[in-house]
Amino acid sequence: MTTPGVDDAVAEKPEKEPVSERRLHPITPLRRAWAPVAVVIGWAVHDPDQAQRQLTRLTTTTLLIALAVVVPAAALYGFLTWWFTHFAVTDTELRIRTGLLFRRTAHIRLERIQAIDVTQPLLARVAGVAKLRLDVVGTDKKDELAFLGEDEARALRAELLARAAGFAPETAHEVGEAPARELLRTPPRDLALSLVLTGATWGALVAALVVPPLLWWATHSLWTVLATAVPLLGAAGASSVGRFVSEYDWTVGESPDGLRIDHGLLDRTHETVPPGRVQTVRIVEPLLWRRRGWVRVELDVAGSSNSVLVPVAPREAAEAVVARVLPGVTVPPLSALARPPRRARRCVPLWWRGHGLAVTDAVFASRQGLLRRSLALVPHAKVQSVRVTQGPWERLWRVADVHVDTGANKTVTARLRDAQEAAELLGAQAERSRTGRKGARPDRWMV
Amino acid sequence: METGSGQDTEVTGGEPVWIGLPPGLLRMRRMLLVVWLGLLAVGLGLLLGLLCGPFWAAFALLPLALAGWGWVVLGRNWRSWRYAERANDLLISRGVLWREETVVPYGRMQLVEVTSGPVERHFGLASVQLHTAAAATDATIPGLDPAEAERLRDRLTELGEARSAGL
Repeated sequence: MTTPGVDDAVAEKPEKEPVSERRLHPITPLRRAWAPVAVVIGWAVHDPDQAQRQLTRLTTTTLLIALAVVVPAAALYGFLTWWFTHFAVTDTELRIRTGLLFRRTAHIRLERIQAIDVTQPLLARVAGVAKLRLDVVGTDKKDELAFLGEDEARALRAELLARAAGFAPETAHEVGEAPARELLRTPPRDLALSLVLTGATWGALVAALVVPPLLWWATHSLWTVLATAVPLLGAAGASSVGRFVSEYDWTVGESPDGLRIDHGLLDRTHETVPPGRVQTVRIVEPLLWRRRGWVRVELDVAGSSNSVLVPVAPREAAEAVVARVLPGVTVPPLSALARPPRRARRCVPLWWRGHGLAVTDAVFASRQGLLRRSLALVPHAKVQSVRVTQGPWERLWRVADVHVDTGANKTVTARLRDAQEAAELLGAQAERSRTGRKGARPDRWMV
Repeated sequence: METGSGQDTEVTGGEPVWIGLPPGLLRMRRMLLVVWLGLLAVGLGLLLGLLCGPFWAAFALLPLALAGWGWVVLGRNWRSWRYAERANDLLISRGVLWREETVVPYGRMQLVEVTSGPVERHFGLASVQLHTAAAATDATIPGLDPAEAERLRDRLTELGEARSAGL
């Protein structure tokens, strides 16, 4: 059944489209090879008694027969999915054809690409292959090309970015990888120390060490204890060691293609965010980092899963990066942020002091949080709609909340503004959102 | 209150010209309220009267009281809804206790939707919903006259195209 389908595809192509379709790296079928094994292990863990009974009944012959059926079936499935997956780059789009029984063709408009990631899990690094993932607005399912050869992935990324930037199709091949300039690199020592100074790390660790003994004392049931201890230990590990491993050697670079973010100790990730795709930037300052003057910078890109720009950096360095990411934006200093009026303390006692708002020519900046401070910056050009809300208690004290919605499905809120000020802000912000767009760069940023 | 004839709205940059919702929406909501709560009151009254005695049947007055209260609340809520087409953006204001005012610049509109359910159609009503790239943008104008809804849709689409801007 494989041959006719392929013949058709090959035969059709020359007349219809002179686009060369390519296949993924031949190692791809192996990536799902562990799936049957995982299913068996999952079943065994789920129901250990039953598994034990079945194991004793198992003879060598049945095992061999099972292997003889499962292994070729898995191999055939892997091979067929690989054989039927094609991709092609045309002038305006990336086309991915997949599916054996249910055909699916994804057409990805190049100028709509929000970010391109090249990731290499540990095993892929050993095998010399990489995964290419594209972030596009409005798709729930992430389209990815797994796996490509390492050099092929880089070349493809460079080509996609060059075409998205608006280079002529003939020259897009030759443009090659744009040179990157390093903006910031996080030393491993700072990263480790920053994790030690994070409350969540300790919280997860304490929970993992305290809860299982308490449960043992209360229930004396091994299975209950194991069922809670394993996820808790997993969470503790993920929030400490896991974060260290994934955020190791975090490098932020700048190139004509956009922002480059490379990180990872075992799994390497190379992310590229083209210019003008960043919707929101948040500067977060946890309580324990304040003495050292460290901040974390998070960013929102429409359709992208990654949200960290800088895991930890001194404030000046972080602000310099933000200034490069959002051109023409300076982070407003703490003194420039206007606090809510004093009467707002009736609505939010104590924490009202943590709120603040500054509107500059380029950004809408809103601060919140008293212990863990967070300052969100939205460029005016990225504002999709503006809302003012006011509850009955807030109306009594003549304050209102201003919400600014961005395309990354995030809303930045300036809480507890004076009602009059909020009403003026609503009109002015809508106006700035409209005019802010005029100075913005086009989607094809090289044209 | 002005109803949705709409043709005479001046598009100016200054003070917005507010347009309220037509009374059809209020009529529909009040009728639905009375029908459902009336049925509930009758059902409850019969059930309690037959099973527990006439004294308990007085509890059937509760849904009726609720209906009376709802009658007033619906009226206030209907009066609070209003919208204005300005030169560059659409304003929607609503809510009595929890007030909300939304501004959507025309250039940010991705899609304008006109919907009308079976009950709404029976009362000759339609809703206009605006979508931007942000899901949090909740800009819906319910209970418009279908002609007004279509006029608004065409006008918003036209303005949106003229001022289009992406993400």
